Amino acid sequence: MAEPIITINNIFFKYEGQENYALEDISLQVMEGEWLAIVGHNGSGKSTLAKLLNGLHFPEKGDVIVDGISLSEETVWDVRKRIGMVFQNPDNQFVGTTVQDDVAFGLENNGIPRELMVERVHDALEKVNMSGFLNQEPHHLSGGQKQRVAIAGIIALRPNVIILDEATSMLDPKGRLEVVNTIRELKDKTGLTVISITHDLEEAAKADRIIIMNGGKVYGEGSPSEIFEMDEELVKLGLDIPFSIKMSKSLKEVGYPLSTYYLTEEELVDALWTLHLNK
Amino acid sequence: MMEKMIFGRYVPADSIVHRLDPRSKLIFVFAFICIVFLANNFVTYAILTVFTFFLIFVSKIPLRFFINGLKPVLWLILFTLVLHLFFTRQGHLLFHFGFIKIYEEGVKQGIFISLRFMNLIFVTSLLTLTTSPISLTDGLETLLNPLKKIKFPVHELALMMSISLRFIPTLMDETDKIMKAQMARGVDFSSGPLKDRIKAIVPLLIPLFVSSFKRAEELATAMEARGYRGGEGRTKYRLLLWHLPDTTSLIVLIFITAILTILRS
Repeated sequence: MAEPIITINNIFFKYEGQENYALEDISLQVMEGEWLAIVGHNGSGKSTLAKLLNGLHFPEKGDVIVDGISLSEETVWDVRKRIGMVFQNPDNQFVGTTVQDDVAFGLENNGIPRELMVERVHDALEKVNMSGFLNQEPHHLSGGQKQRVAIAGIIALRPNVIILDEATSMLDPKGRLEVVNTIRELKDKTGLTVISITHDLEEAAKADRIIIMNGGKVYGEGSPSEIFEMDEELVKLGLDIPFSIKMSKSLKEVGYPLSTYYLTEEELVDALWTLHLNK
Repeated sequence: MMEKMIFGRYVPADSIVHRLDPRSKLIFVFAFICIVFLANNFVTYAILTVFTFFLIFVSKIPLRFFINGLKPVLWLILFTLVLHLFFTRQGHLLFHFGFIKIYEEGVKQGIFISLRFMNLIFVTSLLTLTTSPISLTDGLETLLNPLKKIKFPVHELALMMSISLRFIPTLMDETDKIMKAQMARGVDFSSGPLKDRIKAIVPLLIPLFVSSFKRAEELATAMEARGYRGGEGRTKYRLLLWHLPDTTSLIVLIFITAILTILRS
């Protein structure tokens, strides 16, 4: 079994000047090489949790341990080298004037020598299929392309963990698919650990494990199929269920003998074919 | 909206001026601005103007870009020209009609001042037209580096410059969007008395400011998450290289300065 790369022990966090805890007594582990999805409605504390992981916020109580390092004011820069974050708005995280400057930004911050930097910038852009855009300016790129550059900027730093903080929520379906596929390929190639914070349950359905947040607490945890069994409960939490599950549910209601709810469209299509053949 | 903007516009082309190091171009333009004031007679002004046109020719950038750059200050040039024509009372009287008296010296001074303006604007436009904003910022940062000794925040200034440059088109787009959104809700930006038009700017300005604050915060978070800790211990991706043409350009400038000093009266 893989080792936990991030361990969170009983953390409490509240924003300055607010009564309620944004996060209350959260404990969880993220395994190495895992794709973890954190879902929840707006204000459930998902993004706050992400910011606690790389020291953009510090917990009031409890501790965060990343790759054996306990997160504190002194170790925060070491932790940030290990965790890369891609944020929601593609425009507001593009620091550089051109694509290659933006990818190099993180490397410059870490004092990487120039020759190595050039190599890594090209390599990272190659990995996200953006190598033809070296000197493009951000306002000439689409949202999905900008997010891919943001990902390149992160992977050039060679982190162990990549956090997608609603990284696809401002993209159109095509851009969203591009970004998710890019990440998946990278994960398969390099054994990256991915934490994806998302509203999009289709995206979450492809994760290894899902954590549901509600009101600053962990509400539930499990594999996608376990989570989507919860069905009505999810809807009550302000979440939605993926299309294929809704479809299998409706089909079951009208009498098709489907054995389970299917997480992806392919599985559902396969099941329907099998049913059709057996008829 | 971007198309109309001439300030800071970069025109890519392959010329010797484009390939010069931004540092040498910055020094060159700064020195040129100073030596323009050396010229004070026909010969020196002629040398300067010919030199400016020679630079434009070498840069392979169409003259219309430079003329466009001149447009915003055209009224200023005309104003000083007219002022000199009517109010300089030296030399021979050339023209006399009622209370209008035009003197020889007035015509001379008027033309000189206009030429001075033109030279200054052409050469500074040459800098922005042939240097991409990012290399301009880089050049400025390296040139200002000695100021670090007196605690001047050189890196911060350069970073601010490059971020501002990068966000100009983004904010332009946003302004356009907000403007259209407000127009859709009935705000009239283009007609009515001045007072109403100024008032109409408010629903454009406030959302723009608010969203800029939000942008700034998100950008700062993203920068921090990517390990930005200020100028200390950073390496640089962009490399500035000083070649022979850079040295040559400065030598030419020294040469011109010498000639101007000798020939000025």
